[in-house]
Order: sequence, then structure tokens, then C-alpha cells
Amino acid sequence: MMAARFLRRSLPLLRQTRCYAEAVTGTPQMSFTFASPTEVFFKEASVKQVDVPTLTGAFGILPAHVPTLQVLRPGVVTIFNEDGSSAKYFVSSGSVTVNADSSVQLLAEAAVPLDQLDIAAAKANLEKAQADLASTSDEASRAEVQISIEANEAIVKALE
Amino acid sequence: MFARTSTVVFSPQCGQVRNMTTLKDITIRLKSIKNIQKITKSMKMVAAAKYARAERQLKPARVYGTGALALYEKAEIKAPEDKGGKHLIIGVSSDRGLCGAIHSGMAKTIKSEIASLTSAGKEVMVINVGDKLRGLLHKSHGQHIMLNCKEVGRKPPSFGDASIIATELLNSGYEYDQGSVIFNKFRSVISYKTEQKPVFSTDTVASSETMGIYDDIDADVLRNYQEFALVNIIYLALKESTTSEQSARMTAMDSASKNASEMIDKLTLTFNRTRQAVITKELIEIISGAAAL
Repeated sequence: MMAARFLRRSLPLLRQTRCYAEAVTGTPQMSFTFASPTEVFFKEASVKQVDVPTLTGAFGILPAHVPTLQVLRPGVVTIFNEDGSSAKYFVSSGSVTVNADSSVQLLAEAAVPLDQLDIAAAKANLEKAQADLASTSDEASRAEVQISIEANEAIVKALE
Repeated sequence: MFARTSTVVFSPQCGQVRNMTTLKDITIRLKSIKNIQKITKSMKMVAAAKYARAERQLKPARVYGTGALALYEKAEIKAPEDKGGKHLIIGVSSDRGLCGAIHSGMAKTIKSEIASLTSAGKEVMVINVGDKLRGLLHKSHGQHIMLNCKEVGRKPPSFGDASIIATELLNSGYEYDQGSVIFNKFRSVISYKTEQKPVFSTDTVASSETMGIYDDIDADVLRNYQEFALVNIIYLALKESTTSEQSARMTAMDSASKNASEMIDKLTLTFNRTRQAVITKELIEIISGAAAL
């Protein structure tokens, strides 16, 4: 606030530099919405950075990220708040939208905080799914088993 | 004078035949209306409980649904006016009645939409979510109906239900250019409004000019994104629709119970008057009989 007032007072002297700086500080903060169909985790919150796992790879979103649409894969979403703390959630799938005005909508089909996941159960499910893969031959159920394997692998990796 | 006395003498049978309201008839009516009042009262309690739960679940669903629609609003994606011969309408309602004007209002909106679109030369297909809509639409607009969904409204809708509907729609192979989801948006306990949310085809979104600013999108990603967005919109419509329906049923059952109470009061008065009249008649007969001796 004080800095802004100082900048405005020195505006006539350093006009060009000021305009450039104002362009950067004028960038809107990220309005981050993170929700699943049953629960809202963040609603138009202002956060520093969000790391998302997508089908084309994991990337981090900061304010003024270039607009994009992506589809999520099973993995961990990390949210870095303004005060430096971070929160991790495991998402199964969904979509992420970054708009031109720096608003980000992260919609997950199912999302849980990492500490609610049990690594032993995840390992057991992974082994069972890998065993099923050998036994199924039907296209659709094969795809289901592979999705299960991918999700469980991601959970195990996230919890280790 | 003679005529009058003769009618007075014969009045018991004539009176009963004329009014058709013996004590027994009134008693039967009174009992049945009391039963109806009990039933409507309990339906109101059930609807109130279901409404409370639906409203609680609507809060996160609304954030989720508006997040899903945010892209279309921010990128200002509009369907091209000239081309686009195929239109899709998804009407979201339920199977059960006794909820006021929920189903009839939606059927009216859908019918007027079909009329305006067909007069503009477009082909329209309708998906009915809910048996009541099917009943209202299939006689007059049967040729437009593509898909019917039953067993809607018994349990609260889940994301899985929305994805089943979306999967069936995509499997049906109807290549729509644009569409809309019509549902009753919940405003408050006593009011709801029929609203439409747009559904765009992947081609419309891909060829929209404002999409150019979105970086690094290939066709596969866009198709996945679109399918997911479709499920989200249907999910939002289902949640809003159930909440409106339960609140409307609560109001309807409440006014039904009130009407039943009024009828019970009126009938009880009539019953007492009739009872007193019968007793008086019997007394008169006895007394005049005794006086004749």
C-alpha cells in the first residue's frame, strides 16, 4: 500500500519504468476454485501456486499463467498458499481451466486430502489390480483394470 | 295449508333423498378426508427432510457447476447463428408427481423451445430425464424424443448418474451442433425458476475465436474436456432440479393439508348440525306419537 503511494508520487519522473511496473503489479491475483461434486476445497481463493498432474505432464500454475485447458490424471495436486504453507490432495481425474483473467478452475471427479489415504490398502489394491490384468481379456474390463492400476500406483507413489 | 302439512309429514324420506347427506355419508367423507390430511402431512415432513439434505448438497454442487461453466462464459463461446442445423435439449425433471407445477412448467418450456427451433428450420432432439416429462411430451412431440431416463427422484442424484446420462448421449451418436440443458433452478424455499444452460459441441468450441488464446490444446484433450464439462452441467442440473422439486412438493403438500383441514372443519360443523337435526326429528316423532295416545 505504502509502496504504491510512493510509486504514484514518483510517477511523473520515472513514467516509462512505472508503466512497466504497473503492468506487472496490475496483474490480477489467481482466483482459484478447487471442487469435487460433493465438496468445495477452495472457492475463488487467492493462492501463490498450484501444481497439477495432467495427461500431458505435471505443471505448476502461477498467477498470469497462459490460458489453457487440461485434463487431469490420477495424481497429487499441491497448492501453495500465500503464507507459504502447502496443501496436498489426491485427485482421480477431472479438468483444469486457466482463463485469461488468471482465474483457475480445478474440477476433480474425486479428491481427498492425502492424509486420508491408507498406503497399505493402496498397495493391496494395486497387487489385486495387477493380478486381474493378467486374467481379463475383455476390452472394457481391461481398460477398467488398467485405470485401477494407474490410480493405485499414483496413490502409492504419492504416499511414499 | 294442506299441501304444506303433507310435505311436513313426508319430509324425512324426501329430505334424505334431496340432500343425500345422511349421517353415515358425512362420517365416511370425514374419515377419508382425515386420512388424506394425515398422508399429505407426512408427505410434507418427508419432503422437508429431503429438501434439507438436497439443499446442503446443492451448495458444493453449485460451486462445481459454475466452475465448469466458467470457461464458456469467460471465453464467450457462442454458437454460430447461421449454421448448426442440429439442436439438443436435455430436460431434467423426475419421476414423481405431487410437486406443484414443476413438470408442467418444464414441459411448457420444452414445447415452446421445440416450436421456435423447428420454425427456424433446425432439427431438435430431446432427452427426458424423468418419467413425468416423457408422459407429458410423448403424445405431442414423440418424434423428437431421443432418450428417456427412469428411476430419477427416488434417491438423491449422484455424479455417477450424470455420467451415465452423458455416456448414453455420446453413445447415441447424435451429432448435435449446440444444445441446452433445461432445469428448474432453485431460488428459495418458495420459488424456483426454469432455466437453460448452453451445451456446445466440440467443433463449436474448437472453432471459436476466443479459444485461440488457450495454449497447447490438442483435439484429444479438448474432447475429454468437453465430455467432462457435459457431465458437470448435467450434474448441476440434476442437483438444482431435485432441490426445487422437494421444496415445491413441501409447499404443495402443505397447502393440501391446509385445504383438508378446512374441509374437515366445515364437514364437522355439517355433521353436528345433521346429528342435532336427526335427534330433533326423532324427539318430535316420539312426542307427537305420545301426544296422539
